[in-house]
Amino acid sequence: MITLTINGKAHSVDAEEAMPLLWVLRDILNFTGTKYGCGVGACGACTVLVDGAAVRSCSYPAVLAQGKAITTIEGLADGGTLHKVQQAWIDAQAPQCGFCQSGQIMAAVALLKEKPQPTDEDIDAAMTNICRCGAYAEIRAAIHAAAKG
Amino acid sequence: MGKVTRRLVIFGGAAVAGGGLLVGYATLPWQTLDRARQIGAREGETLVATWVRIGKDNSVTVIVPHSEMGQGVHTSLPMMLAEELDADWSLVRMEQAPADMAFANQGLARGFLDDLTGSVPRFLSGPLDFVARKTAEAMNLQTTGGSTSVRFTGVAGMRRTGAAARAMLVKAAAAAWGVDEASITTENSRLVHAASGKSATYGEMAEAAAKFDVPVDVPLKPRKDYKIVGKPIRRFDIPAKVDGSAVYGLDKRLPGMRFAVIAASPVFGGKLKSVDEKPALAMRGVSQVVKLEDAVVVVADNTWRAKEALAALSPVWDEGANAGLTSASIIAGMDAALTKDGLSEEYASGDVDAALAGAKKVVEARYVVPYLAHAPMEVMNTTVHLEGDRLSVWGGFQDGLTARVLAAKTAGLPVDNVTLNHTAMGGGFGRRLPDYMDYLVRAVKVGLQVKGPVQLVYTREEDMTHGFFRHASVARMRGVVDDKGRVTAFLNTVAERHDPPEAGRFNYAIPNQAMRYASGTNPLPWGAWRSVDHTQLGFFIETFMDELAHAAGQDPHAFRRAHLASAPRHLAVLDLAAEMSGWNTPAPAGRARGISIREAFGTIIAQVAEVSIGADGLPRVHRVWSAVDPGEVINPATFTAQIEGGTIFGLSAALHGAITVDKGRVVEQNFTDYEMVRMADAPVQVVKVIESGAATGGAGEPGTAPIAAAVGNALFALTGVRVRALPFRLARFGAGEGAK
Ligand code: FES
Ligand code: FES
Repeated sequence: MITLTINGKAHSVDAEEAMPLLWVLRDILNFTGTKYGCGVGACGACTVLVDGAAVRSCSYPAVLAQGKAITTIEGLADGGTLHKVQQAWIDAQAPQCGFCQSGQIMAAVALLKEKPQPTDEDIDAAMTNICRCGAYAEIRAAIHAAAKG
Repeated sequence: MGKVTRRLVIFGGAAVAGGGLLVGYATLPWQTLDRARQIGAREGETLVATWVRIGKDNSVTVIVPHSEMGQGVHTSLPMMLAEELDADWSLVRMEQAPADMAFANQGLARGFLDDLTGSVPRFLSGPLDFVARKTAEAMNLQTTGGSTSVRFTGVAGMRRTGAAARAMLVKAAAAAWGVDEASITTENSRLVHAASGKSATYGEMAEAAAKFDVPVDVPLKPRKDYKIVGKPIRRFDIPAKVDGSAVYGLDKRLPGMRFAVIAASPVFGGKLKSVDEKPALAMRGVSQVVKLEDAVVVVADNTWRAKEALAALSPVWDEGANAGLTSASIIAGMDAALTKDGLSEEYASGDVDAALAGAKKVVEARYVVPYLAHAPMEVMNTTVHLEGDRLSVWGGFQDGLTARVLAAKTAGLPVDNVTLNHTAMGGGFGRRLPDYMDYLVRAVKVGLQVKGPVQLVYTREEDMTHGFFRHASVARMRGVVDDKGRVTAFLNTVAERHDPPEAGRFNYAIPNQAMRYASGTNPLPWGAWRSVDHTQLGFFIETFMDELAHAAGQDPHAFRRAHLASAPRHLAVLDLAAEMSGWNTPAPAGRARGISIREAFGTIIAQVAEVSIGADGLPRVHRVWSAVDPGEVINPATFTAQIEGGTIFGLSAALHGAITVDKGRVVEQNFTDYEMVRMADAPVQVVKVIESGAATGGAGEPGTAPIAAAVGNALFALTGVRVRALPFRLARFGAGEGAK
């Protein structure tokens, strides 16, 4: 049994040592907002926050997250109020198919925590998630808007 | 269009349960309309047409027969209807139609096919015939592909439905108030008679409107009166995509659901000979190993355990006839096919053979492009649950109706016993079109052998290696430029040809031209990929046009211009792209620009790309300017995003994309070796639209069509190296200045 604190709540799960956090979230606890894209750390669709830092959960054993605060896309809003990054995403109409966007948003939240006023270069360096729909311009605009707001 | 309307479209109106109104604008006879009423009308609501329902609370629910893939169609179609209805947009909601014939757009598509344009992709009619042959069911399309949703359902269906519903509401109000119809105005879901000061909401008048016949040929609004169409409207589907609540196929969860992970024969066409199931069955959470003819599937209590257990198996395959295939052997086969007589002729005008034979100098070039994967962000998957003789299916499909019929056929059940539930879709790009629903068929086969609900998942590796790929292609081009710098002959021979027919054509005034093609040269499963044949032919034709410009010693923009004198829309778009990019001013140091123009799915698009070569010798694309004439734009926000996204999609292919084959298997496994454009390499894009008022063109695919040629032409301008094989990352340019 391992205990994970997800979006402020403790969950006990019976998962083996090697089981990546992604699958504990998606298939055992039904936090399906975190997506599977590649399973090898190459796309960022599975990005969550572990103690505030962006982590690709497909390549991160769940046991390592014990004792840490895990935040998924479902835990970003504060009650009924969206996180400013989520709101910026809506205002910029950033999602197309939307499948990459949970991961993009989590990566952006981590970036803004680190660098509240990121430059385009900061965004290039931090935002390495794939968007197959190619919504990069809207994502960039949304990050800048969130930094202002 | 009038012809289409009269022949194919039947209107009907009726009251429904709950004291409401149904008005149908249907492409199908009355019994289908009844069906729509059963499905679409709810207690206390009024269904106006098969595509709209007006509630007593004055709400307007537009029923959309297409799938949302991020192209915004779940918003743009309701916009078109609401515009003609004079609806209050804040009251408008969207619902995706059930996979039922009442909501098919087949009649509309067929009407266009017959009457209006040659630009409807063949894949729209293909699956219809396929299914019709194989089932006794009358079959109709809900296909979302070929940029057809807005062009057909929207223009011919939504608009007329909105206008007809409005006309009936006006009639009802006129009768109730004893005034002349012409004296009633409508705005924001209200009917107003100014002289008497009477007014009513649509909801209040809907039931009375049911008593009137649905009018045919109601005049549509002139564009200058639009209040909703042409405005940037926020998409309905976006809020659920920023808080994790949107349910994609992979997110479907049912009590007791199991997860199935599949490994199909690594060699195309191979069969499963045998597999020792024990290593998988010994692993935690594994309940079952299912053997299919050409695949092995492990069923477990979560995806990861199924995946790990599948990796523990050593299936033995009968690799079959394709075990020796390589990319090189496939390309060699294409080259050989092009030298043989008896190529099919796609089109011809003038006498290209004579013009080539009589020329002093012939410009020749050979181009090659590889296979490509669709690689949508969400891998292929389907969830099924068989309960007795009833089957439920969940997933994202570009055509829900075909999915339903295929599921029924696979399960050996009547179509009526199958329920198809649409989920959100993590990209399609063609992979989820009717002909390529292998994941659905396999999920049903697995579901027949598993107790309870089961979700079949392709891992990214399985998805990458077992697609219906954008086909590889070789082209041989021959052209002649006369002493005045005019192209007098243009012969395009290509292996192979798919869709749409327009992709091989261009609007350059060239007296002798022809396109010929070889077939049967692609042994891999292949199919429609965003913009279909434009991805190959756009690159071939627009690169060769650049080569001809060079042979003529002319500027690539001026040269194209000179050949487009009789194509004013093309000319306008080409000139706008040149103007936007500062074509006649020098590019920044270390950079150069290239230009390209295509007409795709009714939209004309010219692009200029600005490139450099990095210190690593690899090309960089810094900026792309797109000038686009789609006739008209429904939702400008969505439209621009689609052009930009389509451009990125084409750019990923041009710079990086290659699916290669060795020993009959796909080599590339994941995003680690099938790279795509990311934020840091995404060019700055500027999109400008010319709304010429011509018939509405597509948005999702045109951006993909010209970009490879624009980039290649820019690389030539910069380096003098003409790259004729994609992707560009494999070309050798030598180290550049690394200009940023
Ligand atoms: S799924 Fe984790 S990085 Fe792609
Ligand atoms: S929005 Fe579709 S992958 Fe990013």
